[in-house]
This record gives sequence, C-alpha cells and structure tokens, in this order.
Amino acid sequence: MLLHRFHGGLRLAGHKAESSGAGLQPCAMPAVLHVSMLQHAGTPARACVAAGDLVAAGQRIGVAQGEVSADVHSPSAGRVLAVEPRALARFPGLDAVHVVIETGAAPAAQALPALDWQAGDPAALRERIRAAGVVGLGGAGFPTEGKLSVARELLVLNGAECEPWIACDDALLREHADEVVRGGRLLARVVGAGRVLLAIEDTMPEALAAARAAVAAVGDDDIAVVEVPTIYPEGGERQLIQVLTGREVPRGGLPRDIGVIVQNVATARAAWRAVALGEPLASRVVTVTGRGVARPGNFVVPIGTPVSHLVEQAGGYTDAAARLLLGGPMMGQALAHDEFPIGKQDNCVLVLSADECADREPEMPCIRCGDCASACPAQLLPQQLLWHVRAGNLERAQDQGVFDCIECGCCDLVCPSHIPLTQPFRQAKLAIRTRAVETQRALAARERHDARGQRLQRESAERAERDEARKASTAGADAVAAALERARATPPRDTDPPP
Amino acid sequence: MKTFATASAPHLPGKRSVRGVMGLVLAALVPGVLAHAWFFGPGIAIQIALATAFALGFEAAMLRLRGKALRPFLTDLSAPLAAVLFALSIPPLAPWWVSAIGMASAIVLAKHLYGGLGHNLFNPAMVGVAVVLLCFPREFTQWLPPAGLPDGVAVPGLAASLRAIFTGELPAPWRWDMLAQATPLDTVRTLGHAGATLAEIRDNPLFGDFGGRGWEWVANFFALGGVFLLWKKLIPWQVPVAVLGTVVLLTLPFWLYDPDLHPFPLQHVFSGALVLGAFFIATDPVSGCTTPRGRLLFGVGVAVLTLAIRRWGAFPDGVAFAVLLMNCLAPWLDLHTRPRILGEGKAP
Repeated sequence: MLLHRFHGGLRLAGHKAESSGAGLQPCAMPAVLHVSMLQHAGTPARACVAAGDLVAAGQRIGVAQGEVSADVHSPSAGRVLAVEPRALARFPGLDAVHVVIETGAAPAAQALPALDWQAGDPAALRERIRAAGVVGLGGAGFPTEGKLSVARELLVLNGAECEPWIACDDALLREHADEVVRGGRLLARVVGAGRVLLAIEDTMPEALAAARAAVAAVGDDDIAVVEVPTIYPEGGERQLIQVLTGREVPRGGLPRDIGVIVQNVATARAAWRAVALGEPLASRVVTVTGRGVARPGNFVVPIGTPVSHLVEQAGGYTDAAARLLLGGPMMGQALAHDEFPIGKQDNCVLVLSADECADREPEMPCIRCGDCASACPAQLLPQQLLWHVRAGNLERAQDQGVFDCIECGCCDLVCPSHIPLTQPFRQAKLAIRTRAVETQRALAARERHDARGQRLQRESAERAERDEARKASTAGADAVAAALERARATPPRDTDPPP
Repeated sequence: MKTFATASAPHLPGKRSVRGVMGLVLAALVPGVLAHAWFFGPGIAIQIALATAFALGFEAAMLRLRGKALRPFLTDLSAPLAAVLFALSIPPLAPWWVSAIGMASAIVLAKHLYGGLGHNLFNPAMVGVAVVLLCFPREFTQWLPPAGLPDGVAVPGLAASLRAIFTGELPAPWRWDMLAQATPLDTVRTLGHAGATLAEIRDNPLFGDFGGRGWEWVANFFALGGVFLLWKKLIPWQVPVAVLGTVVLLTLPFWLYDPDLHPFPLQHVFSGALVLGAFFIATDPVSGCTTPRGRLLFGVGVAVLTLAIRRWGAFPDGVAFAVLLMNCLAPWLDLHTRPRILGEGKAP
C-alpha cells in the first residue's frame, strides 16, 4: 500500500523494549479504588451509588450526563466508602466526583447479556457500546458511541503508538490481536465502513506479526494491516489519516468530514468485549515504565487503581525516580504525587530520572531559525505564533492557527533557544476559550440587564397608566366632597334625633 | 504517598542549543578560512582574531550597559560568528581600525541597539561591512593577489602581515598601490568598461578555471562547509539553492547571447563573496525569512540585487548590500508567505 508523509515530526528513541519483555501482567486488585466520574471528554457522569452501598463488579456506578459523556462501572465488587469530589490528575486545580470503593468478594459480578456482533442490529450494538461506557483509550477519552453515529467509508484502527516509552497497545496487540480485529470488524459494521486499516508502526514487529495472523485467520479482504514508519506524532488522528490516505482533515473539521473514523486498537477490543461478552469497560492496559521504576511492564489495571499501587506492582520506585508522568514524555501530565487513580484514558505511568528530563537550559531569545516550523505536524509557524501569544494578541494567534496546534511538543524539543512553546499555546487556547465563555456570559448579562430595564420601564409605564385611569374614573376631588356632603346630609339611623 | 516536582510537557530535554548551532556554523567555515590563508596569507587569521576580540568587547560592554546577563550571551558564539563573516569580507591586510569600526557598527548599532540576539533587523556582519565600505572605500580596495602573483613574490608572512595591519608598513617588494584594484571582479569591471572582451580579460593571470584564481578554491571550500550545514539541517536549503540557482539561470541567457560581453554563469558564482553569502550570510536566520517560500524569495532577491550591483553599481561586489536590502523585505515576505496550515482550504 502506498503511504504518504505528514509534515514535520520527529524520530525519537522508542524505549518500548524496557516494558514489553514480560507481556501482559495482571495487576492485583487494590484495597481501595477511586473511580472518577470524569474519565472522558465532555460532561462528568452522575454518581448513582451512595456511601454504604454494596456494588458488584461491572455494576454501573455513574450515569452519563448529556450527549458527550459516558457511563462508569465498578471494576470490582465491594462497598462504597464515599462519593466525594477529588482533584483530577489531568486537570490540575479541577475537581470531579469520585466513587471510593473498598474492594471485596461479594456481591456476585454483573454482566450485560451477550449480543451477536456479526448479525446484530447496528443500532443495538451502538447502544451496547454506550451502555458499557466505552471511550477512546488512546488518550483523548472521547465517548466512542458519539463517534459511531455518522456513517463512514474507512475505519482506521490506530496501533501507531508514537510516543516514546508507551507500549500498552503493542502489548495488547501481541496477545489479543484477534479481539482487536473482531472489534474492528464490529465497529466497521456499526458505521457501515467498507474498509478497515489496522495501522501499526514498523518498530513493533511482534504486534505486526500477531495482527497479520489474526487478519489471515479471519480471511476478510476488507481489513488490512498497514506497517507505517515510526515518526512522532504519527498516532495523531490527523497525521495517521494523512499517512494512510494522503488526505487532510479540513481545518476546524473532523475526520467524519472526509468519511473516516479513527479508533484506538484497545477501544476496538473494548467495544468487542462489551458486545460479544457483555463486559463493561472497567479495566485497561497501562504501561508502567521508565528508569524510575524497578520492573517496567504492561499491566491490566482496574480503573480507579491509585498510581502508587500500580507502581508497587512494577517493583516500586528506583532511586532515580525524579518525575512522575501520566502519559508519555511528550504530552504526559506531570503528577505532584502518586495517589491519583488511573482513568480510562490513561495509557502510561512513566517515571523519568533526573538526567532524562534535565532541567531545561536557560531560555535564549528566538533566533527565528524556523526549526519549530519544520517540525510542526500541523504546518504552523510556532515561532510567529508565540509572538502573537506573548503580545496578548489572541485574535491573531487564533487566526494563525493556535487551535490547530495538537500540543505534540515537537517544536519545544527542536528549539535551540529552549523556548517553551507548547505551554504558552495551551494557555492561549484556555484564555481564548475562557474569554469566549466570559463574552457569552457578558452578552447574556447585558441581555438580562436590557430585559430588566425594559421590564421596569414597562412596569412603571403601566403603573402610571393605572394611576391615570383611576384618577380619571374617580373624577378628582369633587366626587369625594360630594360623597362627604351626602354622608353628612343623611342622619344616622340608629341614634335618636337631636333634641 | 510520594511527591514529585511537576513541569509542563514535553518532558524531554531540547536537542540543540544556540551555542551548538553557532559553533557548527563556525566549524563549517574552517575549510574556507584555511583555503583563504593558503592563497592570501595569514592576514585573515589576524583579521579574525582582531574582529572577534572587538566583537566580544563590544558585546560585553553593551550587555553590561543593557543590564543583561553576560555569561549566556557572551558564550552563545553569535558575536564571534559575525566577526568571522566580517573578517572574511574585508581585505586581509586592512588596517586594524577597520575591524574596530566594523564591529562597532555590527555589534553596537545593528545588534544591541535593536534589542540584541534575535532582534536585529539587519545582518550585523553585513552592516559592519557596509559601513566600512561606504566610509573607507580606499581600504576596501587593497586586496592581495593570490599566492604566486606577481611571479616570484611571496605572500606576506605572519609578522609582515601584523606589521602591515597595525602600522601600515608593507614588506618589500609590496607597495600598497600594487594591491589596489586587484580582485577579479574589479578587473572584469575596469577592463570591461574599457572595452575589452571577456576572453581578453580572462587572459589576466588573476583568473582561474571559473572565477578568480585562488578565490574559486576558497569558494569551493566554503561550499563544502555549506553542504555540511545542509546535511546537518542547520541552514535551510531554500536560501543557497535560490541564490546560486538564480545567479546561474539569470546569467546563462546573457552568456549564451554573447560570451564576449557577459561572463560565464559559474564565473559569477565563483567570484567575490557569492558562495560565502549563499551558504553563510543570506542564511542568517535572525535577519532573513523564516517561511520556506519566504526563504526562496529572499534568496532570489539576494541573487538579483547582487548581480544588479555587480553590473551597474558603484561597488565591485554587491552581496553585502543585497543582503541588507533583502533584510528590509524579510518581515513583509514572511507575512505574505505563511505556509498553509494542515487542512486549511479543504472543504469541511
């Protein structure tokens, strides 16, 4: 198959072998799980259990709220200790409700009835994928069902695990390529896609071999394994589509605009398990790796497991542990402590040593070398963009594509002046969004104010009119005087006449 | 609970540094400088040392005056790079104060008064060259002929060069008037205006295979360094390709039309500072364009202006002025050559 290139990108040292030696390992169930109600893009789910309740493994404990949201299920049987707001690892400073579960043996597990994934009604299959709380497991956590509502021609299964260190998809494909392939065929049925491409990077030979064997076993011509070159950030949706089809997702648009849907391989597997086995999404594969952990590996982790427990499974920290990341080294979130729980979109716990993430050299002025632009997969001019952002010229920044930035971090890495670029772009996006919300609020407030003014004006006009009318109807002071006169003229009846 | 220090992504250290970039550009100049010394004597080494000393002195003074940290900026190697490019653009036996004035213009005027590293609108080295060329044209015409010319006269050695630069005394049998008008470009201009054909002009022993004797070899070694920079992706390919390509494409039809009046395209390429300019001067990131198409246009502009100045201008070579004029245009070119953002213009 003829592959295309995306602009820029970097070839980075993979560090996948560190964790992939031991295959998929189980993670012991921790004593306490902290299951967040926000493990997906969009609105948090509403907790539907209360402290003291007994929950079964697979029982729904969070109900999706609105269009972009997802149900949450308990990974284990146990008792709810608390339903309380706790800090979110991915959004420092923000809270979400967590269901804290003390794990135990009873009650018995709950599963949904199995459906026929090859013959079932696509609408029913989609509903099942929603009911199982399946969200994108590649990192963004977009509720999968939402993506399945529009018909597509091409389904891309994303096994291009481009960030260094992360190897969970590799581990998953090596052992469960058959389920991934089934998941791909299931999702293709749901969206009516005639073609499925399973993209795997050329540095993952075992996964490629497993995937090819799984596809051969199926004997379906509509699904093909594609070996793609390992260039970061090829796992980006837009980049992968460009590599496979040569087509660009329109600026400000979505893959659906060109009839493509991209799903992570683990998402496809989760969707298949939800349909064929009735198993809700309550665990995922997480890579625990880096020089800061003793025995790196890939673990099947119950959702809500604290990072500290997971690191213990990997032999604990080494003396080199200096930075704790949720995610990879390019886009991961640095955690201040290890008590945050693993969520559905968390693919990696990476503990870097101090010399790997050596404090950056002092920032120098930009010399306009343009290396950032050469590396940018979105074809932006990061250096020019930074000028606008630093000058507070957010309209210009938006015009020049700050929202097209996928925050891959390539520009940061190549900048000879060590200027942080991605972080100011993140902040600019946040500022523009906040300002849009504030503008919206201000507009609403002004509308309210105007409406109130009009109402007050109307009311005072009405009052004046009423007074006017009353005055007119009583015809002034004469009527009162006449009435008094009449009253005086008539002698009281129940008293004696005056002597 | 174990706690950690946090930082924003990405969490990997940078791949390059300003010092590293400047250092490699300096390293790429070494073959050309050695060739220069081979053909024109050790004067160039003295000029480089002088210019570098003045550059660092002015840099330190300006950093102090502006209240900036000395260490990161004195060691970023940008001032020495400007000094070497300046030294390569002046005659090897130019008096010492040429360097002083050139570097004052480059570092104080062009660089620090515009805001220091990264903020200068004009290429500092070329500002230095332009100031010296405009103010002291006589000193700028005193180029040594290449080694072996005139017959039997040795190029001044280190001590003789030092004395010439600091006291103005030339070792016998050299006289200053022997140095005047000795570059091939000057010769083409002077003899051409006098009505000589190019074939006659090129009979002059100053000429080699394509450009000036000696000069063309120096240019070859600069090109070697330039190819190294291209390979290391330290300079954008657009600028040298546009500069050299435009020169060849623009001069080829004239030469084909009348080779007696118009020099062979490669004679243009291998004369004067064109190769040095294409790889090392017009590629200055700060004062050049930053978009790919902008860089192509920048290179085309440098080539066209250089040829125009060579043909009609009052100065023998036009690279410095061409670069400075294009520096004026660079921000405007950048503005109008922004690359298409991914997915831009695709129907949603």
